[in-house]
Amino acid sequence: MAIEKIHTENMFLHYGTKMALNNISMQIPEKKVTAFIGPSGCGKSTFLRSLNRMNDLIDGVKIEGNILIDGINIYDKNIDVVTLRKKVGMVFQKSNPFAKSIYENVAYGPRINGVKDKKQLDEIVETALKNAAIWDEVKDRLGDSAMGLSGGQQQRLCIARTLAVNPEIVLMDEPASALDPLSTSKIEELIVQLKENYTIVIVTHNMQQAARISDNTAFFYLGELIEYDKTRKIFTNPEKKQTEDYITGRFG
Amino acid sequence: MAEKIIKSVAFLCITIIVLIFFFVFRESVPIFASAKTHEHTEATASSPEVQETYGEVTDQSSAPLVQETYGEVTDQSSEVQETYGEVVDSTASKSADETYTVSAGSGYDENQSALNTLMSKDWYPVSEKPRYGLFAIILGTFKITIISILFAAPLAILAALYSASFAGKRTKEIIKPTIELLAGFPSVVIGFFALMVLATFLQDIFNYDTRLNSFVGGIAMGIAAIPIIFTIAEDALTAVPKTYNEASLALGASKWQTAFFVILPAATPGIFAAILLGIGRVFGETMIALMATGNAAQMGLNPFESVRTLAATIGAEMAEVVFGDTHYNVLFLIGSMLFIFTFVINAVAEFYVKGKLMKRIQGK
Amino acid sequence: MIKDLKKDIKGILIEGLTLTSALVIIAIVVVMVTVIVIGGKDQISWEFLTSFPEEGMTKGGIFPAIYGTALLVIIMSVAAVPFGTITAIYLTEYAKEESIIAKSIRFAVRTLAVIPSIIYGLFGLGFFIKFVGTQMDNAFLGGELKWGQPNILWASLTMSLLTLPVVIVSVEEALKTVPRDLRAASLALGATKWQTIWKVVIPGSISGIMTGTILAVSRGAGEVAPILFTGAAYYLATLPGSLSDQFMVLGYHIYVMATQSANVDQTLPIQFGTTLVLLALTFILNISAIVLRYRIRKKKTN
Repeated sequence: MAIEKIHTENMFLHYGTKMALNNISMQIPEKKVTAFIGPSGCGKSTFLRSLNRMNDLIDGVKIEGNILIDGINIYDKNIDVVTLRKKVGMVFQKSNPFAKSIYENVAYGPRINGVKDKKQLDEIVETALKNAAIWDEVKDRLGDSAMGLSGGQQQRLCIARTLAVNPEIVLMDEPASALDPLSTSKIEELIVQLKENYTIVIVTHNMQQAARISDNTAFFYLGELIEYDKTRKIFTNPEKKQTEDYITGRFG
Repeated sequence: MAEKIIKSVAFLCITIIVLIFFFVFRESVPIFASAKTHEHTEATASSPEVQETYGEVTDQSSAPLVQETYGEVTDQSSEVQETYGEVVDSTASKSADETYTVSAGSGYDENQSALNTLMSKDWYPVSEKPRYGLFAIILGTFKITIISILFAAPLAILAALYSASFAGKRTKEIIKPTIELLAGFPSVVIGFFALMVLATFLQDIFNYDTRLNSFVGGIAMGIAAIPIIFTIAEDALTAVPKTYNEASLALGASKWQTAFFVILPAATPGIFAAILLGIGRVFGETMIALMATGNAAQMGLNPFESVRTLAATIGAEMAEVVFGDTHYNVLFLIGSMLFIFTFVINAVAEFYVKGKLMKRIQGK
Repeated sequence: MIKDLKKDIKGILIEGLTLTSALVIIAIVVVMVTVIVIGGKDQISWEFLTSFPEEGMTKGGIFPAIYGTALLVIIMSVAAVPFGTITAIYLTEYAKEESIIAKSIRFAVRTLAVIPSIIYGLFGLGFFIKFVGTQMDNAFLGGELKWGQPNILWASLTMSLLTLPVVIVSVEEALKTVPRDLRAASLALGATKWQTIWKVVIPGSISGIMTGTILAVSRGAGEVAPILFTGAAYYLATLPGSLSDQFMVLGYHIYVMATQSANVDQTLPIQFGTTLVLLALTFILNISAIVLRYRIRKKKTN
């Protein structure tokens, strides 16, 4: 039985008066890839962003229920959001490297955490870039601006940047949707490698992608969690009709 | 048809700039021309002492003026002709010892002497031998500018940082307009406030001797510059893509770390431009200088001394000056200098800053 | 993941520092306004605003200064607003965005906006007074000195150059809020470009023209440097009767009284009163402009 990493119980989310997430309960196991699928606006990204409290940045958001990571309720008022986000990293849909050098992008996280020693930083940067499968492409130009990289490279850089902080969980919000097929497959390969050391939760609107790389899949629709099970089951023999309709392309 | 009218009206904007350039410079050019001679009715009755030999100072009884070498020294008691149409009785009191530079023959070449005096520190435009030394005035302008920017820039930039990165929506709606309201204060009002209230207040705190000095003037100018620096800096900070903010927070950085290590560096070109434009504003500010700086052209680095700025010199003396006079020309020359300086600052702020910003966003 | 108070303190201090800076600035504004209000409020009365100064400015009112200021800004607006509006129309409706002409004009406008105000004074002297004025005198009056000296006409025109950029920017902003579709619809109905502008675009941007005018008036009323030697005077027995007369102005009045009045203590209340009037005037104008601009921006996002 996989160890449970993230435990969600009766979670509701409101934007003002509008309810965006309706009674979500699920357990996400550690060191596996869990995929959230569903049509646009179904709440999968919203739920993802609740896991590292990025929704706190939006005015008027209200959350009820429990989200526990390693048994601790992350919405408890004693929780330091900043530390939480070091433990739970995020990669965004559109890659967003800083207008700094490749090295500085990756070193940003560790520096923030107080690492000052140059040798240590060098090591961390190299390890992160290697883990993100981009080291070979950039090792000779670490001082160049990150803005000069291609889209796919920038996204892998962002992954390296996230890994440099040494999180336990990595959340990915449609990480490959803005990329060409070649870069996409590179990222997918990377994700499968990463799950050895990190718990991955990925939101994707590409069902085939979910089928290819995830261990578990959750199907969301209109703010509700319709079905959540092993990927193979969801895609070959789903329990709910809605799931089946979505899988077979009848809507969304 | 209407189009043609519209187009030509719009063109006038460019024409105006050119005209301003032209006319301001034109009035200062005569200094560089030659042989503008000047009638000199000798004022001093006591002749022998007024022996100016332009090699050394031999004059003890009067003139605080220091020596200048004006070229040849000639004993000239001749009739000097003013070539500007003003008729002066040239037979009147000509001191026998009048010794002035002469270019072959006719008179005292005021232009030449003016040119020579520009690079000195004595600003005595209304004396017998007028001196137009700009050093002290330029130094005064620099002192004031430095003090005002040291005061205004940190305040304005930190406040902009607060507004852009920390303030909630409602707080922002109070802070921003209030600071921008300061931009609407006429500078004569700020000058009045400085003269009447601020000067006394600061003197009580710091206990210096001269009530109106570059410190008071600098702070007052700083107050005038704050809104400009704030507005431009705040725009620059807000223009940084929100995605940077998100990415940094998602990495576990706190709000202030994000503000200082991601947002602020990304907005550096804009903040630089803000400071530059603040400098430009202060450099050319006239009313506050006239009212709060003490208006004394002195050298010296003590901030608690009175100073005089370039703009104030124009403002104070232009109304009294004779049209066409060398003094008049020198004031226009100062104006030309101000014009060039602000023009250059503006151009640098625009082109350099835009260039840097473009490079950053596209990757070097 | 539990909160660490020590690290929090650093963040709180830094945020506090930036907040303090903002508060210091606001405090300065508040103090200035308060001081002037307190110093001047006792002076303000109907009499003060409508009578002439008496006894060497130690008594009486500031009516001529108010009158002069009003006259100045009216003439200034008559010159600057049409000119500025037409230029803005050219920039938004006719010129191609990236053309050299458009770029040069915009650069010229921005440069005009940062030139120190005293330079405008110099230009007013060198161009309007000494060039245009004396040419006029030579041509129409056979050399008699009438137009070749400081007066309200030249001062107003000088001021209009100063405020030109403000008008242009405000009008441009308003013109841009008129949706493209409106223009397209008008043209599709067979109207010419000019008719479209005259009947559709301009009416739609009246608020922007008003904002620009108000801001220009606010600046024109407050700036002193450009009129120091192009027409302002400290004491005149009569109001300016023609364009070739000199005039009194609020800002200049404050300046001279504060720096050169023979008896500072006695004129001090009047100084404060005059300053208060000028400040109040600028405030009201600026706030109206802000409100107008807010409405324009709201219209844009709708």
